[in-house]
Amino acid sequence: MITVRLPLAAAGLVAGAIGAYGPLAQAADHDFSAHAVVHLLLGMAAPLLLCLAAPVTFLLRTLPRPVARRLGRLLTLAPMRVLTEPVVAAALNVGGLWLLYTSGLFAAMHSNSALHALVHLHMIMAGYLFTVSIISADPLPHRRPYPYRAAVLVAAVAAHDILAKVIYAHPPVGSDPTQVKSGAMIMYYGGDALSVIVMIILCARWSRDARRIPLSGLGQARTS
Amino acid sequence: MAAFVDETVFHQLLHWHHFYDKSTTDVGLVSDGLFHAFGWFAVVAGLFWLAALRSRRALDWRRWAGGALLAAGAFQLYDGTVQHKLMRLHQIRYDVDITPYDVTWNIIAAIMIAIGLGILLIARRGGPRLS
Repeated sequence: MITVRLPLAAAGLVAGAIGAYGPLAQAADHDFSAHAVVHLLLGMAAPLLLCLAAPVTFLLRTLPRPVARRLGRLLTLAPMRVLTEPVVAAALNVGGLWLLYTSGLFAAMHSNSALHALVHLHMIMAGYLFTVSIISADPLPHRRPYPYRAAVLVAAVAAHDILAKVIYAHPPVGSDPTQVKSGAMIMYYGGDALSVIVMIILCARWSRDARRIPLSGLGQARTS
Repeated sequence: MAAFVDETVFHQLLHWHHFYDKSTTDVGLVSDGLFHAFGWFAVVAGLFWLAALRSRRALDWRRWAGGALLAAGAFQLYDGTVQHKLMRLHQIRYDVDITPYDVTWNIIAAIMIAIGLGILLIARRGGPRLS
């Protein structure tokens, strides 16, 4: 598995780096379309690639035993349980986006570089938590049933698409309305494309686990 | 049986994409988003379901086609009557006389329902399976 996971991890880090540094990140400061691409890279693409790379499994296997054991215990703590709960992770992820684009935060972010970095950090971390809560390749403190995860995913994708249309109709303060329209469409269709990949992975695992269970029991498959 | 249910979910969705235009109401926006997201998920899940049935050799294409036509027709009829007319969520075209469009829309829906039901009834009476 390491042969697949290493390139995935590298790709995830590259996606994150392109979103955070370099010409695209600079263009994002004044161009809303570039901003939308950055947002897809940081909030969705990088977290998805990193999540599939299963970094926790890698650490647990390669760290010295006592450290690995301590890490394992850390993952079962209450805060981790709460953060990897799909509804909580979805709220942090999409809720954060709603807050960003429907309040003065978007304008404030562009005049304060510390806030800017914080928003990006939140985006990538919340994106990662959400992806993990839906399709983790790593061990989780508790794994929710497939129908529940599917429902949360659908609700989160809907909230993301609704926000894209809200942005289209009501450009955030401090942005150029014509740029915002193309940016909102990038967010809508790009978000859909990445969400469909997550749906495919979720359904592939669901059907894999359900293979030995009678068809009527598809909904009862619990493990991943 | 399962193939029937499968199609109720899956093919219907190709039609749910007729759902959106730039609706101005908040309710329209939210329902669009939900249908759009659920539409994507149902397409993905429906295809996996279809693949699972095929690998078990439990798939009857006749029931699949019948279920698909029935579901698509039923949704189109619902869309054409309740959503277009009763709720006035959206129209097929704007700034023209809408009546011929509405009539055609609902007649096609009725034809799809009839053919779908016909195929399902024939499949139920037995005869060679097309799997």
